[in-house]
Amino acid sequence: MRYLRAFGRFWWSFVVGDDWLVAAAVAAAIGLTALLTHEGVNAWWLLPAAVVVALADSLRRESRRS
Amino acid sequence: MSTSIALIALGAFLASAVEMVEALTIVLGVGVVRGWRSTLIGAGSALVVLAVLVAALGPALRYVPIGSLRLVVGALLLAFGLQWLRKAILRASGFKAVRDESEAFREEREQAAVAGRELRAGLDWYSFTVAFKGVLLEGLEVVFIVIAFGSAQRHVAVAATGAAIAFVVVVIAGVLAKGPLSRVPENTIKFAVGLLLTSFGCFWGAEGAGVDWPGDELSLLGAVGFFVVVSLALVRLLRRRRLVLVAARAEA
Repeated sequence: MRYLRAFGRFWWSFVVGDDWLVAAAVAAAIGLTALLTHEGVNAWWLLPAAVVVALADSLRRESRRS
Repeated sequence: MSTSIALIALGAFLASAVEMVEALTIVLGVGVVRGWRSTLIGAGSALVVLAVLVAALGPALRYVPIGSLRLVVGALLLAFGLQWLRKAILRASGFKAVRDESEAFREEREQAAVAGRELRAGLDWYSFTVAFKGVLLEGLEVVFIVIAFGSAQRHVAVAATGAAIAFVVVVIAGVLAKGPLSRVPENTIKFAVGLLLTSFGCFWGAEGAGVDWPGDELSLLGAVGFFVVVSLALVRLLRRRRLVLVAARAEA
């Protein structure tokens, strides 16, 4: 069980890293893109825009902490 | 050679180079102090594990439908790439310390000098495990990038070749320099890798979600350019913010 937890923790920090909100924003934006595409909207612009917002927000929070 | 293949090779080369520079510092730090046999066996064993991972996972992913693969790989690359980009921006703007290979080398040597000597299977266990773990952990990121880059475009061999060339270049440079490669502009390379990972992640993630990119593969170049401009603007903003913070602290 201990090894499983350590394994899970390793992959979490490997993929998600310091700011889980960025990863959550990416997942939400991809989900929304899939939804819009399914409805017939070619939402190619959504993911880059969401990335910029998530990145800027994460940097703003980090710089306030410093 | 298409745009995406060239960028895949470049991304794998740069990511591998920067991770191998860090692994080289660990291996050199241990090897110089405690001897080379166990250290090199440890580093070599880790390289074998990494090569087996690429050889096993690369072909296995061929059987996953390309749409689903791009969706998953795109999301993972995006989350992973944004970590690299975020840290590179924080370093470039002074909010995070830049890694110093000479300092890391000094610390590695100090730890190696005070560690006890335990023999297992005829090996100096400290040298073996530190070199093995160092190369494996730094290399896992490269394996992830090689497999993700390669599988989403069905070009694992291209990505693996880019990574292998970087490995050879770093080892030769390390042997010639006889020390850590402290003059390699690590943050600039990490910045470039973060940009490529984020751009590919965005491109494949959206494509996997069903999007048709205007201009098809050319959009990838557009995405790289877009994220370069955004990232440089964010560095500028944060540098200004930092100057204001430093001035305010000096006044207080």
